[in-house]
Amino acid sequence: MSALETAETKQNLRRIAIDPVTRVEGHGKVTILLDDNNRVHQVRLHIVEFRGFEAFIEGRPFWEVPVVVQRLCGICPVSHHLAAVKAMDHIAGYHSLTPTAEKLRRLMHYGQILQSHAVHFFHLASPDLLLGFDSEPTRRNIVGVAAQFPEIALQGVLLRKYGQEIIRHTSGKRIHGTGAIPGGVNKTLTAAEREELRREIDIMIGWARDAVGLVAQLHATRPDFYDAFGEFPSNMMGLAAPNGALELYDGSLRARDASGAMIFDQVPCSDYDSLLQEEVKPWTYMKFPHIRSLGAEAGWYKVGPLARIQTCDFIPTPLAEEERKKFMAQGGGKPRHGTLLFHWARMIEALHAVETIRDLLDDPDIVGIDLMGEKGERHTEAVGVIEAPRGTLFHHYRVGADDLVSYCNLIVSTTNNNQAMNEAIRSVAKDHLSGHEVTEGLLNHIEVAIRAYDPCLSCATHAIGQMPLQVDLRDASGALVGRRRKNFSGDAA
Amino acid sequence: MSEILAQLMLDGHKIAFEPGQTILQAALAAGVYIPHLCAHPEFEPHGSCKLCTVVVNGRNGSACTIKAMPGQDVLSDTPELNLRRRTLLQMLFAEGNHFCPGCEKSGNCQLQALAYDLEMFDPHFAQFFPAREADGTHPEAFLDFNRCIMCELCVRASRDVDGKNVFALAGRGRDTHIIVNSPSGKLGDSTFSIHDKAGQVCPVGAILPKEVGFVRPIGERLYDHDTIAEVALREDATWREGEK
Ligand code: SF4
Ligand code: FES
Repeated sequence: MSALETAETKQNLRRIAIDPVTRVEGHGKVTILLDDNNRVHQVRLHIVEFRGFEAFIEGRPFWEVPVVVQRLCGICPVSHHLAAVKAMDHIAGYHSLTPTAEKLRRLMHYGQILQSHAVHFFHLASPDLLLGFDSEPTRRNIVGVAAQFPEIALQGVLLRKYGQEIIRHTSGKRIHGTGAIPGGVNKTLTAAEREELRREIDIMIGWARDAVGLVAQLHATRPDFYDAFGEFPSNMMGLAAPNGALELYDGSLRARDASGAMIFDQVPCSDYDSLLQEEVKPWTYMKFPHIRSLGAEAGWYKVGPLARIQTCDFIPTPLAEEERKKFMAQGGGKPRHGTLLFHWARMIEALHAVETIRDLLDDPDIVGIDLMGEKGERHTEAVGVIEAPRGTLFHHYRVGADDLVSYCNLIVSTTNNNQAMNEAIRSVAKDHLSGHEVTEGLLNHIEVAIRAYDPCLSCATHAIGQMPLQVDLRDASGALVGRRRKNFSGDAA
Repeated sequence: MSEILAQLMLDGHKIAFEPGQTILQAALAAGVYIPHLCAHPEFEPHGSCKLCTVVVNGRNGSACTIKAMPGQDVLSDTPELNLRRRTLLQMLFAEGNHFCPGCEKSGNCQLQALAYDLEMFDPHFAQFFPAREADGTHPEAFLDFNRCIMCELCVRASRDVDGKNVFALAGRGRDTHIIVNSPSGKLGDSTFSIHDKAGQVCPVGAILPKEVGFVRPIGERLYDHDTIAEVALREDATWREGEK
């Protein structure tokens, strides 16, 4: 764990708060303690999301939960929907799905991966990468990208839209639909809907390839910078298929250490709580999960695209696998840990998602009408795990004899990445902030690192008009000595 | 002497009625929709929700309780009345815990459909957030009184059709609520069956069959394509969800 988590003494340190972090979840806040020479002594990311949601679920009927949990997140509601329904399948007594139901759920999930990865990279991250971390903040957004790189912006928008159309056709709505129900799905894909989606698939595959190319090209402009920005070694966790393939919808848990050695493999998802432990720290509500056997100091890990493509043995679609191999080759066969490499991995996964969507659309089962599995013995407890766009997502429920949820535990991707994001911003603060006069552009470096992991749509939409950002400088006693602020329109004040 | 015709004026149009019909019944039979929630074609009128309030010869009254009479000049679809109806809906929304996005009745709910129809875009009033319980003790039915609008249709159905008296209204004023007539107060302990009439009449999502929530996809729900008025005026009278 980095030394920058807690300063040795708070005496004579100034405190900077980046609150809220733009283009990431609404309740993110970063605090930095600096001394008179602007040397960084402490950096912390505080996230106050998700508190209380478990209590909101307890007491609700189990079949309602997959729909209600979608409200947890504006950027990946489908992930919560599917993680919850996978648990509720077992609660309701459905231990296998019909081929059509499973494939329709997968289609929905890969549509979600595509739309989320597209919005994450094009809308939220590309402004920093294409226009510059310290470019004019009022133009550092998707509108600014569209002005300078209209084709890239358009492809990003259309890739996202294609993913949303898949979600609409499988869940009834582009956002917050109902599609998956315990035991199966509620909606067929009609032949006409399938044709509509098939018509554009080759274009999407082309654009997804271009997107991987774009990130690789950006990397090639400054390889040292891209590799080292927010770099820190860590364990990595993700789902894998029995043959070691990347698996985003349903697999077993696997983790490798920073050098790529296997820590555990093929652990059933239902054993997650014997594998992982969540640590509480006094300075934030967000818990810090770690691999129990390794302890809190050594056992934390990252999840999400960069972890997944390096935890699996291969990606089961050819174009994405080719890109993964190129990516790995640049690391000399060793895992790569630079924070900006998340975007590269993300676009490789987006390509994998489009390839998988093509295969699913070609599968005759996808237009089947057998939507519900056989009902068997019910369970009172179940765990549903899925690879959400941002990383592994755990839903764990117990349901009473009255069909109402009596216990609920969620470990969301953000929580899984909590320590990793803290490490990333500490690395960036140490390399880029320490010893310099603090400017908006330098502070944005911190945000760039967070955004590589975890932006959120609900905020992102605000970001188009610029979120307000306030930086407070305080002396050791906490008194405000200076304030820099930009308002909703992005003007500095 | 000339015969008195069984006709009245509704929003400037002449409509015929059968003697004994209420204004609401006459209007629906004539193909004119008047918003209503607590009225049901198979039950005696209740006159509690006041959504059906019309102006009859200059005076306010409930269309579901006032008998149709010759010479009545009835106003219903006016901006003033619709504004008041919207306010009534806002009060109903504020009074209970109505969380449409997560509700399995969404798309099949009369309260929600009326809110759309009357263009209610916000709750307007401060929410009461009443503490009400969900009851899952019955093997076939789930009760969620968070969504109850106290129309007493379940009370009437259980008493008048099922002959069971499973539901009753209790409390006063803000504390008014539906109770279950059983030793423990729980539905699982009562004589209720989901096949009872009382299990089929709730206009909102307060009395629900278990495990079938969200089975009907978006796009195929009762009010996905038709307004509540269009559904109510359908001749096959399948306008109450659950009665098919
Ligand atoms: S439970 Fe339903 S039918 Fe009974 S009073 Fe409440 S809203 Fe009306
Ligand atoms: S419908 Fe007439 S008062 Fe409710």
